[in-house]
Amino acid sequence: MNQHHFAFFDEGSKKEIRRTILKAVAIPGYQVPFSSREMPIARGWGTGGLQITLSIIGREDCLKVIDQGSDESVNAVSIKKLVHNTTSVEITERTQEATIIQSRHRIPEIPLQGGQILVLQVPTPEPLRQVEPREYMTKILHSEEEYSGAWLQLFEQIMKYGRTATGADHPVYVNSRYVMAPSPIPRFDNVKMNESDALILLGAGREKKIYAIPPYTDVQSLAFEDYPFAVEEFSGKSCRFCGATDVFLDEVLDSATGDVHYQCNDTSYCLEQLNSHEKAKEESSYA
Amino acid sequence: MGYVAVKGGTEAIDASLRRLQYDRLKGEKILEIETILATMKSLVDQVMSESSLYAPYLAALAIKQAEGSMEEAVFIMRAHRSTLPRLYYSETAETERMEVKRRISASFKDIPGGQLLGATTDYTHRLMDFDLLNESVEMNAEWLHEFAKEVMELKPDAEVKYFPKVVDYLRKEGLFKNYSMDETSPFDITKQSIQFPVPRSARLQTLTRGQTGAVTALGYASLRGYGQVHPTVGEVRVGEIPVLISHPHELDESPENHYYIGEIEVTEVESFVPVKVKNEQNVEQLEFEIGYGICYGQNETKAIAMSILDQCLEHPASSFPTHDEEFVLMHIDSVEATGFISHLKLPHYVTFQSKLDSVRQVKKGEEQG
Repeated sequence: MNQHHFAFFDEGSKKEIRRTILKAVAIPGYQVPFSSREMPIARGWGTGGLQITLSIIGREDCLKVIDQGSDESVNAVSIKKLVHNTTSVEITERTQEATIIQSRHRIPEIPLQGGQILVLQVPTPEPLRQVEPREYMTKILHSEEEYSGAWLQLFEQIMKYGRTATGADHPVYVNSRYVMAPSPIPRFDNVKMNESDALILLGAGREKKIYAIPPYTDVQSLAFEDYPFAVEEFSGKSCRFCGATDVFLDEVLDSATGDVHYQCNDTSYCLEQLNSHEKAKEESSYA
Repeated sequence: MGYVAVKGGTEAIDASLRRLQYDRLKGEKILEIETILATMKSLVDQVMSESSLYAPYLAALAIKQAEGSMEEAVFIMRAHRSTLPRLYYSETAETERMEVKRRISASFKDIPGGQLLGATTDYTHRLMDFDLLNESVEMNAEWLHEFAKEVMELKPDAEVKYFPKVVDYLRKEGLFKNYSMDETSPFDITKQSIQFPVPRSARLQTLTRGQTGAVTALGYASLRGYGQVHPTVGEVRVGEIPVLISHPHELDESPENHYYIGEIEVTEVESFVPVKVKNEQNVEQLEFEIGYGICYGQNETKAIAMSILDQCLEHPASSFPTHDEEFVLMHIDSVEATGFISHLKLPHYVTFQSKLDSVRQVKKGEEQG
């Protein structure tokens, strides 16, 4: 890899992506088109996020990469390896140490701080795509703030199922102007986007769009007054390792016993909880 | 003592990469790049065309690395392309200046300049050639020697001959509309993302780098009835065209000051498509339009299919999907299509858990309701 340029791209490409990011930050929630380079990892495997990371990363940065909550997921490992091989920057698993956090489909449990940048990988940046397949039309709908389609989708779910039935990628209203796909984060993470201390950048490589939520921006999940927005339900459940209750949990089936267990989806958070319990135990045993 | 994370992912990936390496090496044979270049020209051509990078040697290397997988080889080439600075745009290449190796017309028997069959598999019988099992360098050398002798006996023309375009002949008859020269700089799809409706230059660029199979399939669909274009191939020509650039810092842009940086082999197709137009008296009459196809190397099927799709997209009013530029242009790119399909193999634990929760809540509501 050492025969490649720092952070893979030539400087011209990085500049173009950074200009796109600046525009995205200036217009919160608006999808800014960019040319989107082909990357050494496949389209649909996080190339949008990777292009953002590689264009903003410097030698002083410290990078964390997670995939569906896990630092050790194969694709997270693969992305980390690529960035490290082309930049030699420090890699961490601790959320609070990272200056840049690239993530697929999760926002870490530990609250992000000012100065940190969260880079989210986006498969489908267009929140209206299911309503309208043509890009030409959705662009017009956004410019006219014509979001009846998005509202109707939720309304239809209420009519059919008695409640909204969205999974991940529940659409949000950004800065009271643009309806935006938050990327397929669970509804549980939608609230973390509102008034976030950290800058959130979203990159869709295959669809060639970059958009952003600057710090302290109003982000509201689409919902009706009488059918309020609801996150995934984990009441009465806790992590079988660290005991955490107010986190997004993975459901794990024990194939031997048929029992269902729950555990933290955010693996590095879980580990830190375990270590802090351990430390507290040690300290109390000395006393 | 604290807990440490299980490093399962990293180790598993390393093991998988080693297994991949093992599979490539276990046959204990080495395929030389020169061998690929000498014997797999069609494959090299396709990889260069789909990756928009004219570099036979790199394409051969990509084919070797990808163990012959088209999508992998194109992927490697495209990724490599992202690391290269973009220094120049060439001057407009004139295909009239092509050193033609092959040129045929399905519209006229006697075209000005004549039909030139060149090298093609079109007239071969696709019978399995078992002789190739026992091919030898010596036998081939002998054949080449005989061939060279025959060629030597031919008298070459005194000067280089350029072949006129078939369409020029019809244009003189007024069967094709004359358009004024459009000197607008072309859109560059590798530097800007396309916005709809797209200019024709962006459309042609997207089609020419399209996956051969995808372009062929959509062109075929149009021909079969899911489209309104059934052309006659006016001309297919294959050969080398020179690439010239002007000096980036000199103001004098006259052709004498251009630099020749090499030549590229292309296949170019001009299809003739009859269309109904209204004349000044508002009476419908027939006229011809051109569907244009071009691609790196020799790949006539792709170039012809491209010419059909180019003509389809010129007429967006038709309700067939082959006439819808978003439908055609957004789905024919090899790297994008294979990437998104293959991403389905990534874990979707969180997203699935979220959907699962949603379905459970709906069920719970139904039971209570």
